[in-house]
Amino acid sequence: MNQLLGFVKKEFTHIFRDGRTMVILFGIPIIQLMLFGYVITTEIKDARIAILDHSNDNVTREIKNKILSSGYFRLDANLLNENEIDPIFKKGNVKEVIIFERNFAQRLEREGEVNIQVIADASDPNTAQMLYNYTNGIVQDYTKKKYAGFTIPVQIKSEVRMLYNENMVGAFMYVPGTMALILMLISAMMTSITIAREKEMGTMEILLVSPLKATHIVLGKVAPYLLLSIIDAIVVVCLGNLVFGVPIRGSIFVLAFLVILYITMALSLGILISTVANSQQVAMFISGFALMLPTILLSGFIFPIENMPYPLQLLSNFMPPRWFIDALKQVMLKGNGFTYIWPNILILSAMTTVFLVLSIKKFRLRLE
Amino acid sequence: MKEIKSDIGPIIQVKDLVKKFGSFVAVDHLTFEVNKGEIFGFLGANGAGKTTAIRMLCGLLEPTSGALQVAGFDGYHEREAIKRNIGYMSQKFSLYEDLTVYENFRLYAGIYGIPRKERIRKTDELLLKLKLEESRDKLVGGLPLGWKQKLAFSLALFHNPAVVFLDEPSGGVDPLTRRTFWDLIYEVAHQGVTIFVTTHYMDEAEYCNRVAIMSEGKIVALDTPAALKSYYKTDSMDGVFLKIARNKE
Repeated sequence: MNQLLGFVKKEFTHIFRDGRTMVILFGIPIIQLMLFGYVITTEIKDARIAILDHSNDNVTREIKNKILSSGYFRLDANLLNENEIDPIFKKGNVKEVIIFERNFAQRLEREGEVNIQVIADASDPNTAQMLYNYTNGIVQDYTKKKYAGFTIPVQIKSEVRMLYNENMVGAFMYVPGTMALILMLISAMMTSITIAREKEMGTMEILLVSPLKATHIVLGKVAPYLLLSIIDAIVVVCLGNLVFGVPIRGSIFVLAFLVILYITMALSLGILISTVANSQQVAMFISGFALMLPTILLSGFIFPIENMPYPLQLLSNFMPPRWFIDALKQVMLKGNGFTYIWPNILILSAMTTVFLVLSIKKFRLRLE
Repeated sequence: MKEIKSDIGPIIQVKDLVKKFGSFVAVDHLTFEVNKGEIFGFLGANGAGKTTAIRMLCGLLEPTSGALQVAGFDGYHEREAIKRNIGYMSQKFSLYEDLTVYENFRLYAGIYGIPRKERIRKTDELLLKLKLEESRDKLVGGLPLGWKQKLAFSLALFHNPAVVFLDEPSGGVDPLTRRTFWDLIYEVAHQGVTIFVTTHYMDEAEYCNRVAIMSEGKIVALDTPAALKSYYKTDSMDGVFLKIARNKE
């Protein structure tokens, strides 16, 4: 036991003495969370638009005012004719052009029907779609209020309520995902690198000929990262809550259990990688490509799994972060407990067991 | 834990030692003995089976067949006890470069379960002897290579092992430093510690009491450097080595 303690102490000294490791451990999680929370946002705010108003009467002015005062849009330019549309899109700042046809108010009065043309820059399809939806919503709202007194023959209206994330805040989606990413980075990548480093420096040989048991060596290497990962998880949850208002509706204990299970999975994956990698660079390469990309792309973190082609959907089943993120969202946003997330827990436990068994086997083989 | 008896005879006893990996025979019926306080050189080209033999002697590998005893402990069932009674130093010197000299001592002492008091006493003593007291709190990474070599050697000896295995201990070190390092080895051997050393440098082979030369898993020559030189009618260990290599062809 004393042997192990001394070993763990040394491991902490390595970590605290290395500036780069400290940045990775505590700087990156915070930066990443802020980046995902603020920058990659799915909400529309101050999108720059241009308006081409052929009528310029009181109705178009009212609609324009309503659009521009919504907070979603900012007027970049008032266009005079159609020829200006193409160049302004090509310049790239303007994402949407709204065109009011001639004699707008007049037609509305006489014919009861008038057109607003919306042209959006679909080189970014998601944003284009969202801009259109927002514009449409505002115009609908305007008509509804203005003609509240009129009876419209028959109308089916769908009323939408966004459950669990009423305001569609992007951070709700990114905080659990970032947590999966950060914990994978710290647990798997850092452990695989630190074990590979011992091999590279030749210190692993010394440890192996010492009376330390193989399990002691692995435990000693892993324990500090388990602790630091837990601290990071706490930081991410707290920041998510305080800065982005991501709620923790479920039980803290369920959350803690889930997070620790995921960390254990990532740590055993890290050990597995280190049994294959003999240098820090190889370890970094493997964990970078084999862990980070799937975590970001195939876990449903950013891209919905339902929209993927079928083979990729199948593949995503083998990505541990997928099950973690799903369970995490259930616990944090829906307040679900074990009754709902037990399949995820079962799958993550199975994965952990497989990684552990494989790495112990590999570790023994390497010794032989 | 058994204490090593002083009258156990040879400190390393190897008889018909074999190690196979699948159908490949890495070590083929090795037989030799090493006495207490002896400096035993272990030579051979890469792939001759040296590394495999040393790993068995260090308790890292279980032999396929044959008898093996190190410091009185059996190479099959008492490998943990062997580990506790040997020291090991590799050509990389294997110190933690981002730890201080003192912290390295503390770590190794901890791994070998040396009590605090004894650790502090021995550390002070060794630092004084190696003239490293001033570097006590310096990071090992910044020390000159020769110092690292001495430090690694001292660490390998820290838990009073009966045998110390030096795996190419002079890699990348200049001849003068090598010479002073060997003075240190002689001093330790004089105190009764057995030194088992592998090397590529033939001048180092000359320093050994006895030398075994391995080729293709077997020991092809084993004697004092002087006897080997007269047998092969040459005046250097280099010559001995070359003649053995030529006889193989």
